Amino acid sequence: MAEITYLEALRQGLREEMARDERVFILGEDVGLYGGAFKVTEGLMQQFGEGRVIDTPISEAAIVGAAAGAAHMGMRPVAEMQFIDFISCAYDMLTNYVATARYRAGLATPLVVRGPCGGYVRGGPFHSQNVEAAFFHTPGLKIVYPATVADAKGLIKSAIRDEDPVIYLEHKWLYRRIKAELPDGADVLTPIGEARLARAGDALSIVTYGATVWKALEAADLLAQQDGLSVEVLDLRTLVPMDDAAIMRSVRKTNKVLIVHEDTRTGGLAGEIAARINEQAFEWLDGPIMRVTAHDVPLPYAPALEDFVLPQTEDIVKAARWLAKY
Amino acid sequence: MTSRTAPPIPAPPPREAPPIPAGLTRGQLLEIYRYLRLTRILEERLVALYKQSKVIGGLFRSLGQEGESVASAYALERGSHKDFLSPLIRNLGSMLVMGAQPIQILRQYMAKATSPTGGRELNVHFGDLERGYLGQISHLGDMIPVLAGIALTFKLRGERRVALVYIGDGGTSTGTFHEGLNFAAVQRVPLVVIGEYNHWAYSTPPEKQFAVPHLADRVRGYGVPASTVDGNDVLAVYAETKGAVERARGGGGVQFIEVKTYRRKGHAEHDDQSYVPAGESERWARENDPIDRYVVQVLDNEWAQAGELEEIDARVRAEVDTATDACVNDPAPRPESALPSVYADPPAASLHWYRSL
Repeated sequence: MAEITYLEALRQGLREEMARDERVFILGEDVGLYGGAFKVTEGLMQQFGEGRVIDTPISEAAIVGAAAGAAHMGMRPVAEMQFIDFISCAYDMLTNYVATARYRAGLATPLVVRGPCGGYVRGGPFHSQNVEAAFFHTPGLKIVYPATVADAKGLIKSAIRDEDPVIYLEHKWLYRRIKAELPDGADVLTPIGEARLARAGDALSIVTYGATVWKALEAADLLAQQDGLSVEVLDLRTLVPMDDAAIMRSVRKTNKVLIVHEDTRTGGLAGEIAARINEQAFEWLDGPIMRVTAHDVPLPYAPALEDFVLPQTEDIVKAARWLAKY
Repeated sequence: MTSRTAPPIPAPPPREAPPIPAGLTRGQLLEIYRYLRLTRILEERLVALYKQSKVIGGLFRSLGQEGESVASAYALERGSHKDFLSPLIRNLGSMLVMGAQPIQILRQYMAKATSPTGGRELNVHFGDLERGYLGQISHLGDMIPVLAGIALTFKLRGERRVALVYIGDGGTSTGTFHEGLNFAAVQRVPLVVIGEYNHWAYSTPPEKQFAVPHLADRVRGYGVPASTVDGNDVLAVYAETKGAVERARGGGGVQFIEVKTYRRKGHAEHDDQSYVPAGESERWARENDPIDRYVVQVLDNEWAQAGELEEIDARVRAEVDTATDACVNDPAPRPESALPSVYADPPAASLHWYRSL
């Protein structure tokens, strides 16, 4: 067993599903011969041929629309957005066409739209976005957001096998930053809809997902060392359908909740999570539900600006200390 | 002077009907006529139901466009898992050709529990993947990429099937139309696009949609062969589409046919058409109705007798009567049936807490 990166785990998942199921094919910009802007699909065209790894024009609406048509006909398309920022160009196709298809017309549309998200990489306003809130609101789409190497693989495989359309959000800051050993030969599958307890604790709960899982774990280590605080970290992994039961289990255990996400605050997922806790576990709370998120600005480029806008480990530490004392 | 008698005039040989064009048989001509008449009579019935407030939402007519809808769909290979099309709101005729039943249309418009979408969607927004038609959504242009994906699947699987999709003159202004057409052209998928130049996008005329005279001019830049045909000449549309379908089937890539026609009713039944120049719609009705022209052509060429057409009219009227009687009193959907099947899993959306108080 060798250690592999988050990106390699994702590629492994794609390769295994393509080998397992001939209906699976990839389409997107520069995904074929070039292997994708981040090399996620490197080698797949050479292995599976041009009919299964299709280079497309710069046309996100056409990529998603064509994937939908193919999915209706029994294929299992995986559409790549070169950066997830460009998924907004396919917003109509995803929210109006794809998301409604089963409900309005009984149409199965088992497709995956995936792409690199997130900041901490000096990408500026158009190569750093988190888009989950834009799609979270639309019934009919599932959203997964792996934080670990195992889930990068396990969730792409589950997403491809799912009967519903899935948006798979992968964090580019994690691509080559984290490594882990995965079992050889075993079918690594992460069930859609199940959160993961990333760290157990009893003083307070941090509910988070994506890259900020790692910031939260780092903060929890510091709080344990410096304050003797035992912090629980819940990695949601799937955003739709959200694992309410896991969130409430943690709230009932620690009675205090800090919600952390990299996306901007207003209209972000933290608001919805807080509302669910309020409705389902109000009497278990010993303090206000608090948020640590990006500031409500487009993400700027300069390191000093980006670092200031995005939530940092230090922010989580300070917020958790404040909440622990409440 | 001797009188001479004129030579006797030879009796004319018995007149033979000219050959039926485009390889069609007499039986097929009558079948096309049946679909044309069914489209019009079914819509007339829907108007009556609309006036009785039995149609729940808007009513969208295809009056004046029945010819191109029926003829283009008729050029496809039809049956279980054969060719495929996606109609727009004024392509009722093409859906009927593909196998949609009048009772399904009536139930859809009246939002019955028994409708193909169980009351979830309106009018002609439904499909049947096996019979080969896929309901549109209201966002014009979106069906072009979707049908490009269906045609791509045919190509990837090596199936000799063709997809056909409609777009209106207004719809060709959307981004998805251009993205989808270009994608399909680059991939050389077996797709036929019917561009319906019907002179009105709601109230907007073509000169406010694009700065070229013909839809065909808009698409040639994508490397797509494009022709323009009289959309109210049923047999011309059939022949042109048949050729395009077979070229697409043979690996020739995307084909575009512009059909010049005229939308004689408003965008929907509520629309007073105040923007239409006086007399214009009436002139099209008088001089250029696709069904009238077809009847004249069929009778003048003696491909059918008037009595045969009248018999079809009577059968179609009876069919629409029977379908109406069979569904007009169908129940509305149960309210709770609004919750299931947003997803395959979970099977239903959850009921809000205050509904159980």
